[in-house]
Amino acid sequence: MTEVRDHLLSILVRDEPRVLTRITALFGRRGYNIKSLSVGSTEHPGVSRMTIVVSGDRGVVEQAIRQLEKLHDVIKIIDHSLEKYVDRELVLVKVAITPESRVEVRQIAEDFRSRIVDVGRHALTFEVTGDEGKITAFIEQMRPFGILETMRTGRIALTRGSNADIPTHVYHEGETQALQPTLEVQPREERARHVPNLF
Amino acid sequence: MADNGKQHPPHRGDMTGAKALWATLANHGISTVFGYPGGAIMPVYDALTFYPEVRHVLTRHEQGAAHAAEGWAKATGEIGVCMATSGPGATNLVTGLADAMLDSVPLLAITGNVASHLMGTDAFQEADITGITLPITKHNYVVRDVEDLPRIVAEAIRIARSGRPGPVLVDIPKDIQLAAFHGEIPAPHARPEAPAPSPESIERALELLRGAKKPVIMAGGGSLDASAEITSLARAWDIPVITTLMGLGAFPSSDPLWLGMPGMHGSVAANRAISEADVLLGIGLRFDDRVTGRVNGFAPNAAIIHVELDAAEIGKIIRTHVPVRGDARQAAQLLVEGAQPTPRPEWKAQIEEWKSRTVTPETYGAGYAVKAVVDRLRPDDILSSDVGQHQMLAAQLARFEKPRRWINSGGLGTMGFGLPAAIGAGMAEPGVRSVVIAGDGGFQMTAQELATLKMYDVRNVKICIINNSFLGMVRQWQELFHEKRYSEVWLGDSNPDFIKLADAYDVPGYRATTAEELPAAIDAWLSDPKSALLEVVVPHEHGVFPMVPAGAALYEMIETEPVRSPDLSAQMQDAAEEASEA
Repeated sequence: MTEVRDHLLSILVRDEPRVLTRITALFGRRGYNIKSLSVGSTEHPGVSRMTIVVSGDRGVVEQAIRQLEKLHDVIKIIDHSLEKYVDRELVLVKVAITPESRVEVRQIAEDFRSRIVDVGRHALTFEVTGDEGKITAFIEQMRPFGILETMRTGRIALTRGSNADIPTHVYHEGETQALQPTLEVQPREERARHVPNLF
Repeated sequence: MADNGKQHPPHRGDMTGAKALWATLANHGISTVFGYPGGAIMPVYDALTFYPEVRHVLTRHEQGAAHAAEGWAKATGEIGVCMATSGPGATNLVTGLADAMLDSVPLLAITGNVASHLMGTDAFQEADITGITLPITKHNYVVRDVEDLPRIVAEAIRIARSGRPGPVLVDIPKDIQLAAFHGEIPAPHARPEAPAPSPESIERALELLRGAKKPVIMAGGGSLDASAEITSLARAWDIPVITTLMGLGAFPSSDPLWLGMPGMHGSVAANRAISEADVLLGIGLRFDDRVTGRVNGFAPNAAIIHVELDAAEIGKIIRTHVPVRGDARQAAQLLVEGAQPTPRPEWKAQIEEWKSRTVTPETYGAGYAVKAVVDRLRPDDILSSDVGQHQMLAAQLARFEKPRRWINSGGLGTMGFGLPAAIGAGMAEPGVRSVVIAGDGGFQMTAQELATLKMYDVRNVKICIINNSFLGMVRQWQELFHEKRYSEVWLGDSNPDFIKLADAYDVPGYRATTAEELPAAIDAWLSDPKSALLEVVVPHEHGVFPMVPAGAALYEMIETEPVRSPDLSAQMQDAAEEASEA
């Protein structure tokens, strides 16, 4: 078994009713754990894009992708772990402040290139975008001051480079092409074991 | 599908959504629809009267309609169509849809729904049927604009038939059925070409087969339409063939290379060959747990070649060494072309020895009765079964020379499947005998479909009930794994007189209670010019063997029925009677 880790999937889907349910129900029924999910429209009318972070070993993720590819609403799936990508997440963080801590909190926020989006008498709300590491670091820096609320959008990602992700003809007639698995012929663990003669 | 190229005139008077639906179905060559009307689909049933070219078969329960459509589809390989109203009508289709999903049956289900403005308000007879059937359909639709209706129905038919087939549901609100339709009725989509297997994968498969000393072919339900190619493949390479429950008929049973069915109630030869094979070529199958037994004990010495259209099935259960993704026919054809038969006398001798261990039921019981019936079948006869011991016995004992003559509920194991499926198959092929073997339990789940037989004067459906007064398969498991605590499996006291029940529907009934009575009863039953029912009363305690206990590996199979203590039958009856009195 390969290691369990987070996989970042981009799923391009037809923008039709119940698509979100179809996708999440598939994950739910087959026991795949969604760690983060974000959905938005794309530059193509009628096409939405989901970024799903699913954790599991390679086998689980490959199975999830192949099951997803069978759905009629799914146009394309990109497994970002197979290529270079950029990913971001936007977080709103509301930090408690006192007259003494105000300057220090603002200084940390500035270091993270965070913007203040709301100013209250006892709290500041920051907007931070970045990859997971940056956001986690920001939250850890702010934690001692007292985090009142946070809201994360979930991760979003795009492949690096200039490839176009969406086929020109979205409502094509054919089936989506599933991945061709590439397992090497090799003895299985059980292979060496002799079959007991129980017949 | 009978694509006769005949285009339906786009308009027939005032075209409504309901008429557009029938026109689309007619354009697709749909000749028969199984269904049951109700409030929310009345406009469709009203429009039906304008389309005499489509026959509607009124079943007595929507589940019967769904299974009949499945029987139609399994016998012909073409799409089956069923129809129901909203709410309870639609939910009654659910079992049939789940059954079709697991057995990859092309099925189109049309449901009515409450008017669009009422949807989501918990209106009378409203159910969110697209939500309910989401995990058990290949795809489903709610029609929200009447102009989309024919396009959606055409697309639903295409999805149901293409790739790995499956059920598709189209839900049509009542106002859409009534709305005026102005568009064109679409012609059928061309059936998409199945993807061809990659030359590299075929080359790797050939390499493995060339080096194999103990090869075996395993053919599943996805190989039924590749029967001719698989037969050539096996003969060209001289490799023995195992056919799964769903694949029975993909390879002729009379061929000496046939080893029978694998899995929980598989043959000694099949399970033993899998356990010892060094190369296993699986074609059109999904390695169901009833086939594999304990997964890490399945084909422990074999390199696995898996020919499969559905990429998600490759490597899902069994680790595959050479995946061949694509059409079974093309793959088998390509493997025939590269054939290099090598003599494997030791493997052949070993196989022959295993084959000699076939269990033939010799004493009167369920197995004996099933064998007596299936031995009397002709190669063209369609044999359906319900679910339970009789199903496994029929699968073990029946011999199929060609595909699509064996119809049963494999994946879902749906009790009540048999009779309606046999009716659907019988209607699809009226010139062919459609024989169904059922148990006394499962038969009663859809026994009301006897009325469908009567109403349409179907003459070729032959019903055989193996009556052991028990839910036999559950009883067998209780016997083996629950220390014979026969909890809620005794039916004997409350079973109807099946002959009288049949008579109430004008179906002639025959009965046999001993081995001596059986041959004459079978002859009379089969030669009756009408559809007829045969009840075979058998001893209670008969089991199905060989058997691989759940969770065990195939090589841990129990070959023959354990020897019982002489008073076991009495004990079982006492226990059951006590339970029913309590």
